[in-house]
Amino acid sequence: MIYPLLWMVVSSLRPDDLIFSQPGLWLSDVDLSHYPDGWNALTHPFGRYMLNSAVVVLGSVLGTLVSCSMAAYAFARMRFSAKTLLFAIMLITIMLPGHVTLVPQYVLFSQLGMVNTFWPLVGPNMLATDSFFIFLMVQFIRGLPRELDEAARIDGAGHTRIFLRIILPLMTPALATTAIFTFIGTWNQFFSALIYLTDTDMMTVPVALRLFVDSQGESNWGAMFAMSIVSLLPVFFVFLFGQRFLVRGIATTGIK
Amino acid sequence: MSAITELSRLKRGRRPLDPRERQAARRDNKEAFVFLLPWLLGLLIITAGPMVTSFYLSFTDYNLLEDPVWVGAENYLRMLSDERLHQSLRVTLTYVVVGVPLQLAVALFIAVALNKGLRGLSFYRSLFYLPSLLGGSVAIAILWRQIFGTTGLVNQVLSLFGIEGMGWISSPDTALGTIILLHVWTFGSPMIIFLAGLRQIPTMYYEAAAVDGATKAKQFWRITMPMLTPIIFFNIVLQTIGAFQSFTQAFIISGGIGGPSDSTLFYTMYLYNTGFKAFEMGYASAMAWLLVAIVGALTAVNFIASKYWVYYDD
Repeated sequence: MIYPLLWMVVSSLRPDDLIFSQPGLWLSDVDLSHYPDGWNALTHPFGRYMLNSAVVVLGSVLGTLVSCSMAAYAFARMRFSAKTLLFAIMLITIMLPGHVTLVPQYVLFSQLGMVNTFWPLVGPNMLATDSFFIFLMVQFIRGLPRELDEAARIDGAGHTRIFLRIILPLMTPALATTAIFTFIGTWNQFFSALIYLTDTDMMTVPVALRLFVDSQGESNWGAMFAMSIVSLLPVFFVFLFGQRFLVRGIATTGIK
Repeated sequence: MSAITELSRLKRGRRPLDPRERQAARRDNKEAFVFLLPWLLGLLIITAGPMVTSFYLSFTDYNLLEDPVWVGAENYLRMLSDERLHQSLRVTLTYVVVGVPLQLAVALFIAVALNKGLRGLSFYRSLFYLPSLLGGSVAIAILWRQIFGTTGLVNQVLSLFGIEGMGWISSPDTALGTIILLHVWTFGSPMIIFLAGLRQIPTMYYEAAAVDGATKAKQFWRITMPMLTPIIFFNIVLQTIGAFQSFTQAFIISGGIGGPSDSTLFYTMYLYNTGFKAFEMGYASAMAWLLVAIVGALTAVNFIASKYWVYYDD
């Protein structure tokens, strides 16, 4: 199960010839050179791509949290026209394959001059397009006692106040789950980065790694492993510290 | 519980309100509009608008630089004779039909084993879950490419037993298999759903069965499995939709071309190459709509078939 991962870590610390001959995990010769080699193998140091990814991730996480929690509050606690219809549309968009909007989205973003910027990756998240998280939050808000809202309403609070002061603080577990899933999803996001980020200045980690594979082929496994491991570290740390929310998030909503 | 059950609940609808109730049920349209604004904008600009446009584009010839030219159903007719499209459908269907059930079977098996009250459950749960978080990354695809390469880990292990390995990725017979294996490796997230489902089965069912002398195997097939069928069904539907769109692993492992001899040419990879390499945006849009139709049909088939094997307690 985990063996391939461990083997990759060990191999990244081995001289190249041993990668092809040592299936074991015993580390006899430590060779740290793959890390600086890989770090500097592309046009920019690898840190630049990490930074690009970090910007995209931060924008996506914040955007998703704000836009999805607002929509979720409306669906869970407000009365408005065509609510059932809109809610059904929201549920259907969860299951809609993204490819069907791919070409026009590309045309739109290129007409706006946004190819090779982070907007095509971050912008949709700010507009709550990952509607699965709206659903997750709606489910959570429905579980909160309505008496809290009603008490606040009697005290004269409007929806904005109830949302900001009562619901939002109580739904932190759902927000944490959303933040973690968005973090991991955006960090690994490959398809849209491949389409929109072709300039090496703007590349995120997954497309940079792909460029690495394409340019070095089968020759430089050690350095490629080293950078692969570096690229997995943020996900691994999120996994270590956010496990509780991950497991609860999956178990209660039944989706990755 | 899930988006799917929620949708079917909506279908049943609600009783119409009488005028007095209507008065009492004050709507706050204006405020709701503000709360929904980001989502509504996204729905219009990012989802609905592009959907309509892509449907139009699927009837045109379009290369991004010149204006689209209306060609009627030509793109759809072309699909009938496009051998590579047929190949990509075969590859993707094989991946879905083999990979999805295999992954779920492994997930269920491990979940049942872990549920036996093993010591350190949470440790094993995390250990098995980790691959499904990392599996979608380019890094793991790179690792896979090495492991199943000619001088990779698998062949190194085989050579310890004196077996001469082969180029698993460079052979058209096994390349797809390695990608299916990668999918199976990420069984962690359905496993967690199964574990949660197993905990919800009342223990009294097993106690009653044991009193009646049912063996462990019988208890599994007569109690555990029927109780889990809604969760299994839910997973099959979602995993099928997801697997049909998988892209990254095959793209990295095959170096972006879907080889050898198109044996890993996934549908979305062919779509990407058509649209963003050959710039046949009209044809690519038609392919996207075929994808929606296929995924929709598979989901419908799943739902129809579910009447015969999914057991609902209530």
